[in-house]
Amino acid sequence: MKLLVPVKRVVDYNVKVRVRSDGSGVETAGVKMSMNPFDEIAVEEAVRLKEKGVADEIVAVSMGVAACAETIRTALAMGADRGILVETDVELQPLAVAKLLKAIVAKEDPKLVILGKQAIDDDMNATGQMLAALLGWPQGTFASRLVIEDGRAIVTREVDGGLETVSLTLPAIVTTDLRLNEPRYASLPNIMKARKKPIETVTPAELGVDPAPRLVVLKTAEPPRRQAGVKVGSVAELVDKLKNEAKVI
Amino acid sequence: MTALVILEHDGQAIKQPARSAVAAAQKLGEVHVLVAGEGIGAVAQAASRLPGVAKVIAADGPSYAHGLAEPLAALLVALAPDYTHLLAAATASGKNVMPRVAALLDVQPISDISAVVDADTFVRPIYAGNALATVKSADAKKVITVRATGFDPVAAEGGSAPIEAAPAAAAPEVSRFVSAELSKSERPELTAARIVVSGGRGMQSGENFHLLDAVADKLHAAVGASRAAVDAGFVPNDYQVGQTGKIVAPELYVAVGISGAIQHLAGMKDSKVIVAINKDEEAPIFQVADYGLVADLFKALPELAQELEKRS
Ligand SMILES: Cc1cc2nc3c(=O)[nH]c(=O)nc-3n(C[C@H](O)[C@H](O)[C@H](O)COP(=O)(O)OP(=O)(O)OC[C@H]3O[C@@H](n4cnc5c(N)ncnc54)[C@H](O)[C@@H]3O)c2cc1C
Ligand SMILES: Nc1ncnc2c1ncn2[C@@H]1O[C@H](COP(=O)(O)O)[C@@H](O)[C@H]1O
Repeated sequence: MKLLVPVKRVVDYNVKVRVRSDGSGVETAGVKMSMNPFDEIAVEEAVRLKEKGVADEIVAVSMGVAACAETIRTALAMGADRGILVETDVELQPLAVAKLLKAIVAKEDPKLVILGKQAIDDDMNATGQMLAALLGWPQGTFASRLVIEDGRAIVTREVDGGLETVSLTLPAIVTTDLRLNEPRYASLPNIMKARKKPIETVTPAELGVDPAPRLVVLKTAEPPRRQAGVKVGSVAELVDKLKNEAKVI
Repeated sequence: MTALVILEHDGQAIKQPARSAVAAAQKLGEVHVLVAGEGIGAVAQAASRLPGVAKVIAADGPSYAHGLAEPLAALLVALAPDYTHLLAAATASGKNVMPRVAALLDVQPISDISAVVDADTFVRPIYAGNALATVKSADAKKVITVRATGFDPVAAEGGSAPIEAAPAAAAPEVSRFVSAELSKSERPELTAARIVVSGGRGMQSGENFHLLDAVADKLHAAVGASRAAVDAGFVPNDYQVGQTGKIVAPELYVAVGISGAIQHLAGMKDSKVIVAINKDEEAPIFQVADYGLVADLFKALPELAQELEKRS
């Protein structure tokens, strides 16, 4: 079966972002960009399914500016077979991404779409659930285990109280949590090979989707900054301060 | 303007984050609440006692028994025409269901709001809480998840709202509940606790968490962890505090053997008082801690338990 894996280009998780002083957003110029960490986990899971013989083709999709092609190359180097770049300068929000993915699903007919649970830039945690809704497919979100068995996806999910397992008919949507797997590093030969793998470029208009954002960002601000406090010399002093100064115990 | 809040519950009681979602909804207009599940009579009664709730809608049936997203979203879509705002707490369950509802309504969800500016405008943290975006929604209906730490929960008692049965909604049969392994604990829930004591990679093993438990017992605290501690298998996944784990803002947060990565800070930096115990005086956690103790945790934790014992 065919797998579709959407991968987002985001500010690298090690970068401490800075809010522009005019409040117009977050400074991204000259900042290191990488594949969203949850999407690396999604690609890894897809590659493992292919290695097990469950899947036969993996298509990686990224949406946004032309540089998203680099993110697709990373997925190809990890083991995806080909890429689709949906190129646009419009700021894409999850509803638009889900509609674009729906159009791609209509063309590609995958049995499973594996997304990250959350993009670490917008922290929306929405796209997978929305794509599932638009397609009328079941969803297994926040997955820490995925098994394809008897034509169903058995997904163990990280929920607030622990773990929950659901069984989904295929086709289905799965979103990854951090403990699903440990993504591999692409080897040099695989990076070379990835250069020859095809990437097709399409536009939202070609897919028949209006990508205009529905949420307008009025301003972006720094959160209130915490002042570093004091160092205490001993456990006894700590307990004393918590009792008599902070009055929290 | 009327808002509908889905109340998350455990079959008996309403979860505290849901009461925070009600508080957020009260800033928008009249509030109705939805209780869905199987055998939820007692929860619906509890919901009717929430102050400031005008109506309880009870959806009782086997398809809602496990909170699966597909039937719940279908139900919310059936109820949506009467409401301008649909809200849930930004818990694992709220995050699972609400975006699905939004897509079915052709709406862009507004995830994890920490403040309400007006009926169309909200504040939400982005980039692991390193920026706060004020966003205005152009959609006719707003589908929202609420960061519980941004809103003081409404009281559990005080109201007397009428209870109405929900209309039947289609139950898509594409998903099936198989099993749950929920951690059992006598301790308060992480997201509702007044005091949280968390351990990180510095704890070195799951075994060593008993040192933390001893302190938590004395403080009636919940126990949390960094992702590194969860990844290393010291504690279960539901202990994780952070950008992609749970968001907490207790009166007191004690971080032990945690370095203070931005992803961890994202989950706890709104705590009222922060204590850090770390043997590395350069650890970034000290930059947000009100009280820092540079010490070996294996020495400090037993001492702390003892000192708390002495003074209680
Ligand atoms: C996409 C993504 C999402 C993430 N989400 C989260 C999240 O939600 N929550 C989260 O916590 N992390 C998250 N992380 C991981 C995060 O980046 C850090 O790796 C993690 O928080 C580090 O955990 P730690 O502080 O326990 O470990 P370390 O950084 O290894 O720190 C251990 C600390 O213990 C101290 N120590 C060691 N021994 C002792 C001793 N005997 N006595 C006292 N102190 C001692 C050390 O000095 C050190 O400061 C995420 C990462 C990614 C990529
Ligand atoms: N622009 C994009 N291109 C490709 N995939 C995306 C994009 N935006 C979101 N996604 C996918 O949707 C997941 C969740 O993103 P979000 O809902 O924005 O938190 C990500 O982990 C990706 O798998």
